[in-house]
Amino acid sequence: MSSVATPAPVPRRGRRRRRTKLQRRQTRFAWLLLVPALAVVAFVAIYPLGRTVYQSFTDQEFLAGITPTKWVGLDNYHQLIHDTIFRDTVVLTIKFTAITVSIEFLLGLTIALVVNSHFKGRGIMRAIMLVPWAIPTVVAAKMWLWMLDDTYGVINDLFVRTHLISHNQSWIVQHPLVAVSAVDIWKTAPFVALLLLAGMQVIPNDLYEAASVDGANQLQQFWRITLPLLRPAILVALIFRTLDALRVFDVFQVFFGYRLGSQSMAVYNQSVITQDGHVGYGSAVSVAIFLIISLFVVIYVTVVRVSDE
Amino acid sequence: MKHRRLLVLAGVVGVIALIVSLSVAAAGSKRAAQPQVAATIGAPKVPNAAAIKKKYGGQKITFVGDSVGNGHVRDAALAKRFTHDTGIQVTVEPHSAASDQAYSQLARAFSEKSSSIDVAMIDVVWPGAFAPYLVNLKPKLGKQSKLHLASIVANDTINGKLVAMPWFGDYGILYYRKDLLKKYHYSAPPKTWADLFTMAKKIQTGERSSNPNFAGFVFQGNAYEGLTCNALEWIASAGGGHIIDNGKVTIDNAKARKILDAFRAQIGKVTPTGVTTYQEDQTEHAFDNGDAAFARNWPYQYGIGATAGSKVKGKFGVTVLPHGASGKPVGTVGGWQLAVSKFSKHPGAAIEFVRYMTSPPVEKFDAITNSNVPTIVSVAKNKAVVKANPYLKPAIASVSRVTRPAKFLGTHYNEASKVVYQGINQILTGSSSSQVLPQIKSKLQQILKSK
Repeated sequence: MSSVATPAPVPRRGRRRRRTKLQRRQTRFAWLLLVPALAVVAFVAIYPLGRTVYQSFTDQEFLAGITPTKWVGLDNYHQLIHDTIFRDTVVLTIKFTAITVSIEFLLGLTIALVVNSHFKGRGIMRAIMLVPWAIPTVVAAKMWLWMLDDTYGVINDLFVRTHLISHNQSWIVQHPLVAVSAVDIWKTAPFVALLLLAGMQVIPNDLYEAASVDGANQLQQFWRITLPLLRPAILVALIFRTLDALRVFDVFQVFFGYRLGSQSMAVYNQSVITQDGHVGYGSAVSVAIFLIISLFVVIYVTVVRVSDE
Repeated sequence: MKHRRLLVLAGVVGVIALIVSLSVAAAGSKRAAQPQVAATIGAPKVPNAAAIKKKYGGQKITFVGDSVGNGHVRDAALAKRFTHDTGIQVTVEPHSAASDQAYSQLARAFSEKSSSIDVAMIDVVWPGAFAPYLVNLKPKLGKQSKLHLASIVANDTINGKLVAMPWFGDYGILYYRKDLLKKYHYSAPPKTWADLFTMAKKIQTGERSSNPNFAGFVFQGNAYEGLTCNALEWIASAGGGHIIDNGKVTIDNAKARKILDAFRAQIGKVTPTGVTTYQEDQTEHAFDNGDAAFARNWPYQYGIGATAGSKVKGKFGVTVLPHGASGKPVGTVGGWQLAVSKFSKHPGAAIEFVRYMTSPPVEKFDAITNSNVPTIVSVAKNKAVVKANPYLKPAIASVSRVTRPAKFLGTHYNEASKVVYQGINQILTGSSSSQVLPQIKSKLQQILKSK
């Protein structure tokens, strides 16, 4: 398993026409230039992935050397199908993804529209907007954990004072999904806003001017110009956020640890490997997560392709 | 021009983020290290320092140490003294506050044969799992180990090899507010759990009028290793066995179900709802902030509560934990050992550090400044030590100790404990014990079988 063959640089022949000598030489040279990059990809992406898939067919343990590794075929996958804890983590993670990505998108779009308009202090506003995103997630999660504390937390205090709730809540226990989503939305809505802002800035101003001349109001301009032209940026933002939300680890780990029913897929995966010491089974969980995330990628890519045609 | 503005913008964001991160980190460390008792008495000097300096001076070692309570302050003070006396550079890295996570950090380092750790503090339930990766300390520290409690030395001896040195002991005790007991006309702390709940209820009802945050009782209910220790105390003190007895899973029995359901019924009543997220530090904060009538914790909390910064200084007492209707009081055996990694590049220097850290003067220093239980018999009987740590009085210290079922599980202990604490946490957050205990039982049986 120490070396993985890189795909042989076979130049694709022209389907019908034969290529000229010069073309062929250039193709060969292009492949030669690609080799280092391909080697790096093979080393950092394909090798670990292949290794994980291989391990998922073994009974490898974390503290290796105590029990030697054995090939167990599909045993791990068989166990995985009946693993209700894993099933719960998948459902929870998808729920979390649906909630956070949709709210982040709406919030991000609003923020982007605001900071895209001209007003005094726009530069400072853009900087402030990015601060939550620049804070490491673990730090942000710890900060929120204190703010959400059931006895001393500022959020309970504020809500009780404003009579939104009648008494202190233990957010982590009573409203886990709300608590964890709030942190994620707070942290990554600015990121969505940033991507959408970039998309808005490449829309030529003439379009809006022309629309104004033709008598289109602001709302019509938004629906007919901004939104359609923003589609590529929206898709990029959604893909990024969905994949990120599906592999969420830090917030869940800080908030819930290994509490049953409040583990994300990644937290469960980590606990199987480092807590239980089952590297083999944990690898099968990793592969399953990889497949679930791939499924979302395929869906998105298809959507992009269909809408492009 | 545009680029410059973008750079300035990025710079501003970066600086703000850094400030926020640092202030959060600083707030965290301040909270953990509040009363710096360790500074009031100097760390004891290293005996035989000149000879050690000649042999190992200038070497660098890393010690993965304590993070709960004042543990890190103490470690830093002792390491500084050791470095000063011997010229061996000691870097102290606090481990994770949840012991099951500290376990996986060490397991990862060992499985990678990493030389980044020289000395590590290991929990009383780990020697079996980590023995293959630890240096046999018997040749160099065998003589010193005879000063320590024989039962702990036996726990740390695997296949005739002394893989770790006892450092400090632990057992669960009950902290109670003397002033509040008096105020509500109770002459003595509770004997049974039922008594505790009744008293906690009455005190809480009375105190809530002036302090809406007041809770009757706090303990470690989060889904982590500490809950396994707490639950073992509840179950064993009710006569419900020790989770696994004689190699057989015994956790699913009528007495265990009854006591666990009794605890579940109190969540959100005499405890805060959030108690199911509490670890040691949250328990200590609530009690030492004057917001709880009773608390279950390890002895280290005594020292923090008795220092000047504490709101309950002079107002609280300690005693044995209550028991179930048909049981007797018990305390879960905890405690920490110091071990030297086989992959250490400087095992000689590392062993000298362990020798110093587990010597009588250091244990005495730790007991007085940090209220940790000495594992050295003569230190535990020392008058000054007992005066600073009333839980060492025979009436409390001789309570029957219960051990977590590590010896039946070996390298699978952590996995089994996870099953237990996840299940108990589920019960505390609402599931019935008659539904959860059979699940725990069958999972534990599976783990025992696969061993």
